[in-house]
Amino acid sequence: MSLLEIKNLNVRFGDKNAVPVVDGLDITVDKGEVLAIVGESGSGKSVTMMALMGLIEHPGIVTADALNFDGKNMLKLSNRQRRQIVGKDLAMVFQDPMTALNPSYTVGFQIEEVLRLHLKMSGKQARARAIELLEKVEIPGAASRMNAYPHQLSGGMSQRVAIAMAIAGEPKLLIADEPTTALDVTIQAQIMDLLLALQKEQNMGLVLITHDLAVVAETAQRVCVMYAGQAVEVGQVPQLFDIPAHPYSEALLKAIPEHSLGAARLSTLPGIVPGRYDRPQGCLLSPRCPYVQENCRTQRPALDPKSHSLARCFYPLNQEVA
Amino acid sequence: MTTLTTPVAVDQSLLYPSPYKEFWHAFSRNKGAVAGLMFMLLVIFCAIFAPWVAPHNPSEQYRDFLLTPPAWLEGGQIQFLLGTDELGRDLLSRLINGSRLSLLIGLSSVVMSLIPGILMGLFAGFFPRILGPTIMRLMDIMLALPSLLLAVAIVAILGPGLINTIIAIAVVSLPSYVRLTRAAVMGELNRDYVTAARLAGAGLPRLMFVTVLPNCMAPLIVQATLSFSSAILDAAALGFLGLGVQPPTPEWGTMLASARDYIERAWWVVSLPGLTILLSVLAINLMGDGLRDALDPKLKNAA
Repeated sequence: MSLLEIKNLNVRFGDKNAVPVVDGLDITVDKGEVLAIVGESGSGKSVTMMALMGLIEHPGIVTADALNFDGKNMLKLSNRQRRQIVGKDLAMVFQDPMTALNPSYTVGFQIEEVLRLHLKMSGKQARARAIELLEKVEIPGAASRMNAYPHQLSGGMSQRVAIAMAIAGEPKLLIADEPTTALDVTIQAQIMDLLLALQKEQNMGLVLITHDLAVVAETAQRVCVMYAGQAVEVGQVPQLFDIPAHPYSEALLKAIPEHSLGAARLSTLPGIVPGRYDRPQGCLLSPRCPYVQENCRTQRPALDPKSHSLARCFYPLNQEVA
Repeated sequence: MTTLTTPVAVDQSLLYPSPYKEFWHAFSRNKGAVAGLMFMLLVIFCAIFAPWVAPHNPSEQYRDFLLTPPAWLEGGQIQFLLGTDELGRDLLSRLINGSRLSLLIGLSSVVMSLIPGILMGLFAGFFPRILGPTIMRLMDIMLALPSLLLAVAIVAILGPGLINTIIAIAVVSLPSYVRLTRAAVMGELNRDYVTAARLAGAGLPRLMFVTVLPNCMAPLIVQATLSFSSAILDAAALGFLGLGVQPPTPEWGTMLASARDYIERAWWVVSLPGLTILLSVLAINLMGDGLRDALDPKLKNAA
């Protein structure tokens, strides 16, 4: 059984008739698997994970056929039960490390807090373990950094501390929500290496939410491409990158600057993600799709198996390749 | 021959300036704030050791020395350094004893409005749907009334006296704490660390008081010092109107009020309490400014 199983997840803000921000999403993550979720801003990547952790507040409405983590239905849990799972077995690393730590407390205190709460460690034990965790995330002089406040650390350092806090409860699933977006390029590589090393070492499931397709190509086993709240293509990593089936996946890959070497202009997909009031009647990509056909504008395709992946398209690309 | 340089392990925590040292460094750059602090220390010293510092009993009436001018003026007596009032009481002793009352009123009214103010602000920030707007509209109503008028109304209902003065001033300064706390809370709630704390399993009370509140304290500390001075001013105003502390208790505002008949004959009876009020309020405001500059990282290095 999968570690995380999401079936037909819908998240709306407002009333029942509001346009869904996440629309019929299916995701599974196995133990020790790295799943990447990619897509442009506003495609519902972060909201999906917030819904999983029960952090969607009024006026958000979350419905799903299944939202199971580690055999438990996350929708049915009481707040108290959920708090025991979230933070321990299910942890998250945030996008901006500068705001992810509480400025009023030392780094050591914040890590120890998690250890005391979830692992019921005593003061001394927690301190020793916290230093161990800081060493694990490769912070030099770990013992002396315990008493540092977040403002005394750099962005990369803060992100390492945030990762240390996330893995403190030895989670089964770690969600990294654009963990490298706010960092510079060399630090990005280091943080990604660190996350993957920890993932392998503890055999965690890892959900990597990102814009960075290069990172996905190097790290993930499976990718879910999201567009306007829907998964438009779900596939294995090398295939999806080599022979994308969905026009949107193809456009995303084309938009990588390296693919436009020598060209006068970078390749782009014209238009923007449809908003609340301009959702097309047919396929959500139809106003922007270069391969659009007549029935694309009137009917919505379903996420169906194509030759290499699941894709939400009537006219998938690259099907002739065996 | 290569020499091996062994890296010297430097304890990083020693390199960070301690928060107190950092604060003092920022605070002491503002000379006005330091001057304010000095004056306040003097006032606090006088208040604590009033019975020993004051040369006379503040209520003792020296009937032979009515309206004696200060010592350095013609006709002044060396035993009454700042002169005497209309009943022959030593002005210096009364001012020194008055500082006790002023500080007491300032401190207790600040505490009495700070604590409920913070609580209401926290709840208003955490429950933005029904409770929050209800609290804020209530505060808006209180803000719509001129603060002194409101204080006068409260004292008129409760009756004059020390405790009622404190209550009136505390109620009047409540809205600013509530608004400040709520604004700070709403700003902090959007930060990732609050989400992270919720993820880590923090319940509502922990989120409110342990996670969010310490990060909202800087503006509140500044507001507390500034409203300390306005509390002294309000207390003096209420005393002047005869609604505050009742004579013969030496209170600065009451002293002003009882002496105003003699403003043409004996200026010192009116001017000296007035000057004391002016100086202490000024000192506290300067100190508050310095505190704000030192505590608010956005203003740091800006000056």
